[in-house]
Amino acid sequence: MSAPGRVVSISGLTKSFKTGVTALQEIDLDIRPGEFVSLIGPSGCGKSTLLRIVGDLVQPTSGTVLVNGKTAHRARLDHDYGIVFQDSVLYDWRTVSRNVSLPLEMLGWSRARRKERVREMLELVELTGFESNRPWQLSGGMQQRVSIARALSFDPALLLMDEPFGALDEMTRERLNMELLRIWEKAASTIVFVTHSIPEAVFLSTRVVVMSARPGRIADVVDVDLPQPRGAETREQPRFFELVTAVREALAAGGRGQPAPTLPAGTEERY
Amino acid sequence: MAMASVPALERHRGIRVGASRAGGALRRVGTFVAVLAALCGLWEGYKWLWEWAGWTWPFTVDDVTMPHLHDILAAFAEPTTTGGPVLIDSLLHAAWFTAKEALAGFVLGALIGFGLAVVLAHSRLLERGLLPYIVASQTVPILAIAPMVVVGLGSKGLEGWKAVAILAAYLTFFPVAINALRGLHSVDARALELMNSYAASRWKVLWRLRVPASLPFIFTALKISATASVIGAIIGETPASIQDGLGGAIVNFNQYYSLQPTFLWATNIVAAGLGISIFALVALTERVVLRRAPENVA
Repeated sequence: MSAPGRVVSISGLTKSFKTGVTALQEIDLDIRPGEFVSLIGPSGCGKSTLLRIVGDLVQPTSGTVLVNGKTAHRARLDHDYGIVFQDSVLYDWRTVSRNVSLPLEMLGWSRARRKERVREMLELVELTGFESNRPWQLSGGMQQRVSIARALSFDPALLLMDEPFGALDEMTRERLNMELLRIWEKAASTIVFVTHSIPEAVFLSTRVVVMSARPGRIADVVDVDLPQPRGAETREQPRFFELVTAVREALAAGGRGQPAPTLPAGTEERY
Repeated sequence: MAMASVPALERHRGIRVGASRAGGALRRVGTFVAVLAALCGLWEGYKWLWEWAGWTWPFTVDDVTMPHLHDILAAFAEPTTTGGPVLIDSLLHAAWFTAKEALAGFVLGALIGFGLAVVLAHSRLLERGLLPYIVASQTVPILAIAPMVVVGLGSKGLEGWKAVAILAAYLTFFPVAINALRGLHSVDARALELMNSYAASRWKVLWRLRVPASLPFIFTALKISATASVIGAIIGETPASIQDGLGGAIVNFNQYYSLQPTFLWATNIVAAGLGISIFALVALTERVVLRRAPENVA
């Protein structure tokens, strides 16, 4: 059983692929309500796979995953989480507002209720005025904001984000980081965030989970004690640099002394 | 703020798009007329050159093998029989009859093709088992099965034009089935994961994701089928000796070709016009239904 007050509770989780590669080994991780947890690690450390296992999109080989005290499967059926991918995955035959309302349609919300919620969500991600635009008329950063609005539209307890800003330029990325923190505070949700970027992980998170590759395991967990709310000046604080260094060293230590056989191309993507 | 300038930019682009759309339409009409004139010129130029030089390869050119275009156009106003209706009248009647067959066959074939694609997309086993036979069905010459279908179904009391519509459907369903299947499979893996994250049923995944994603593929197929359905209808009429349609007119005027070559050519023009009309109908529907990223419009 999971301890009370855990949004995510992972214990003894292992994932092996049919190819024989062990993607994740003996993962234990608890995430409390309101936390912002980043998973960071080298390519092939299984961080995206771990995220998908929490979302019940990929099945673990062994171990348990509880979301809100339920199995991940039950949690998915209960619409307990929203997901954001690296690509915005917007339907180009739908307008911006109809993309945001897609999950609400799935949940059977009435038209009036959907309309009201879509308005709120677009306001939250500052895209009011773009309701009837098509996704391809928006910039990459705007598309990703639509994707975030869609993921949050039905108030999920948990937000899973798989390198959501990985495809964006540095300036857009930093701006969206700030926006995400603002949204996180407002929506009061719990976020699991996969990233490649150390500064991004430190800036956003309350905890950074550092993973090592082959097999993927948790090498270290760095608590980020930077004060909230964070802003542009956070990135200039000495404590910020100390933490960035701590994560970097943890990453380096995780990689040391490990043999690094080359993975077959795309193993992580295929699960 | 940076964001405030974006709508203004969009508006600006909108104006330019609107202006260039009107210009584009004009240019397209111009191109169409120019190409049509060039084709007419090619016909008449070829005829003049071969007649002038007396060349007989690949065939002898005279007013029977290649009538003048103005003679073909004039034929529309000539009576088909002494005291009978003028050619254009009887051809339009025939075209309407054939259009009925072709459209009914087109709709029937499109529905069957789409239904098949949906079934096959949900079962690897069925896809592997049935697809070879679906492909094989198109290798059977339609001329061979047309009399069987029309006569066979006719003996069961089915009207001739309905039997021909079934033949048109036989040609129509195939491109739709193959393309729709491809379209239904074309869905992005992430988009499927997204639907899974909502615990969406197969039915919802089909109608909210797979079908909309496959529409560009389906419309490509419908354009092919639009012209194929007319050909199916015309070919279906001929072995069944149905006289009321364009197929009947073609058989009829073919027999009198050496006396009245212009009648057959005029019939060909009407038949082509019918195919183009149904094609245009599909293309227009596509424009209304599909509002996709420019690169995703087939």
